[in-house]
Amino acid sequence: MTTETMEAPAVPVPTATPPHPLREFWGYFSANHGAVAGLVIIAVVLLVALLAPVIAPHDPNITDTAIALKPPFWQEGGSIAYPLGTDPIGRDILSRVMHGARLSLLIGIAVVALSIAIGTVLGLVAGFFRGLTEIFIMRLMDIILTLPSLLLAIVIVAVLGPGLMNAMLAVALVILPHYVRLARAAVITETSKDYVTAARVSGAGTTRLMFKEVLPNCTAPLIVQASLGISTAILDAAALGFLGLGAQPPSPEWGTMLADAREFVLRAWWVVTFPGLAILITVLAFNLLGDGLRDALDPKLKR
Amino acid sequence: MAAPPFSVLAMLRFILTRVSLIIPTFIGITLLAFFLIRLVPGDPIETLAGERGIDPARHEQLRKEYGFDKPVIVQYGIYLARVLQGDLGKSMITQEPVLNEFSSLFPATIELATCAILFALLLGLPAGIIAAIRRNSIFDHGVMGISLAGYSMPIFWWGLILILLFSVQFDLTPVSGRIDVLYYIEPITGFLLIDTLLSDEPEAFWSAVRHLILPTIVLGTVPLAVIARMTRSAMLEVLGEDYIRTAKAKGLSRFRIVALHALRNALIPVVTVIGLQIGVLFTGAILTETIFSWPGVGKWLIDAIFRRDYPVLQGGALLLGVVVMSVNLLVDLAYGLINPRIRHTR
Repeated sequence: MTTETMEAPAVPVPTATPPHPLREFWGYFSANHGAVAGLVIIAVVLLVALLAPVIAPHDPNITDTAIALKPPFWQEGGSIAYPLGTDPIGRDILSRVMHGARLSLLIGIAVVALSIAIGTVLGLVAGFFRGLTEIFIMRLMDIILTLPSLLLAIVIVAVLGPGLMNAMLAVALVILPHYVRLARAAVITETSKDYVTAARVSGAGTTRLMFKEVLPNCTAPLIVQASLGISTAILDAAALGFLGLGAQPPSPEWGTMLADAREFVLRAWWVVTFPGLAILITVLAFNLLGDGLRDALDPKLKR
Repeated sequence: MAAPPFSVLAMLRFILTRVSLIIPTFIGITLLAFFLIRLVPGDPIETLAGERGIDPARHEQLRKEYGFDKPVIVQYGIYLARVLQGDLGKSMITQEPVLNEFSSLFPATIELATCAILFALLLGLPAGIIAAIRRNSIFDHGVMGISLAGYSMPIFWWGLILILLFSVQFDLTPVSGRIDVLYYIEPITGFLLIDTLLSDEPEAFWSAVRHLILPTIVLGTVPLAVIARMTRSAMLEVLGEDYIRTAKAKGLSRFRIVALHALRNALIPVVTVIGLQIGVLFTGAILTETIFSWPGVGKWLIDAIFRRDYPVLQGGALLLGVVVMSVNLLVDLAYGLINPRIRHTR
């Protein structure tokens, strides 16, 4: 699945020469060690997420106060049965972090997918119809961009009520302006090109022009922004979880786990360390991938 | 077309256009705040009155007062008029006007945010400049690696880790609050670093400084990463320009080239980025204040959510939005004044 999402964007690269666009893309991409490392980490996280029920040593929700706050195995009092220790009510931290990977990836991908779907349509509409429609849409996006992202998300969640779904909706709205702006800018540069004029002259309707002609030619920046957007989405959703406004306990979402663990920071370092480390590594990987994709899809930018 | 000559008139026009551009944003923010109360499921007056409930007579009186018996557009007009007069309602918990609560807590947030941005600048600018000059050196790779990690950092976790290291392991810094409870400092400016210096207790100042260290690092981490990255890439771009080659050919010293010729031009994009970081800073402040129990507006807002204190949430979000909007405007204006190209093109 990962390789598929990687290779698909290479087709519409405007700078690639016809013979081997995929190979050229891979050439640029694989030269960037950071990006490859990011891709590998994401593949591993994805694998862990998919296989979590099989490879996790324990059920993430089974509590057992007899083994509460066990340290990781390399510390005195720890045991290999609970490699990263247990939390205050005796749940295995490794199993919870593994199951949390499912939630975080799901959040990242679902939020960005929703945001791209709505953002692209709004951007295409703004770019095609110009005039009042464009002013209205773009002003609205400016307002969303003006407000601090987390503040806006918090306000939305406060209105809709805490929970994972509402947190995801809020984050999707917060990152929406990036996609609208990208799509609109791409449409405006593309519509003046000959192939669009040709299509229009041969009788293509606006909808066809928008989705069949112009959209495929502005996917490259959208793909790059999507990768960076997933990292923002994971971070913001975890922040909402941490504040008690996102996924609710006992959900093993990483931010929610940190909120649970907060008061134990003085006694048990492992309950706060591992969930946060998981967030950091995953977000870092998506940022690395995004940087790599940007360089590979737009080699001119790199210089 | 030749660029119009510099004139007071052109400047005035530039400022007026920019100021007029924020009006729709302001209206948008007020609309958001206005609908916030109305979108909460249930009767808005009961939402405003809180969980204790309200007697029917008072309910009717409030309905009239807030204009809930009138069309929505009129209601919005009434709300806007109140906002413009500085009336943002009263907290349901303390019965204090929201504006008063905000202005008594805001200095704590500004103090923290100022320290954070200074921290980010003092480390980020030199790191970015040196990384650009020594491109592809170990230092460059180190700076870029660290800044990527900083950029990806979940700062709520970073705060907990720093507490774990500095407060728990080494007992160097306090875990929460702005100052030791031993001291009572008369709020003169609201900025504890200044107020403690004005007081007659010199140790109080050091207590305030020690309380500031960890929150400053936590809040400054993301801006630090962004500033270091941005400074590096801006410097790299400028160092490749012809006038730098000319300066080199003239035999100017390396220091002079970097400090006088390159840096001044590289700073223009960096200034914009710093401006854009202000919004990010307030977002971070909400999390940082929650972790360190820092008595600022961020923690106040989060507390308001859990107390279902909707007037505070409504007014607080509006005020923070307006603050960020104003800062963005100031940055925009300053940017236009520094860089004539911007002034004339738009």
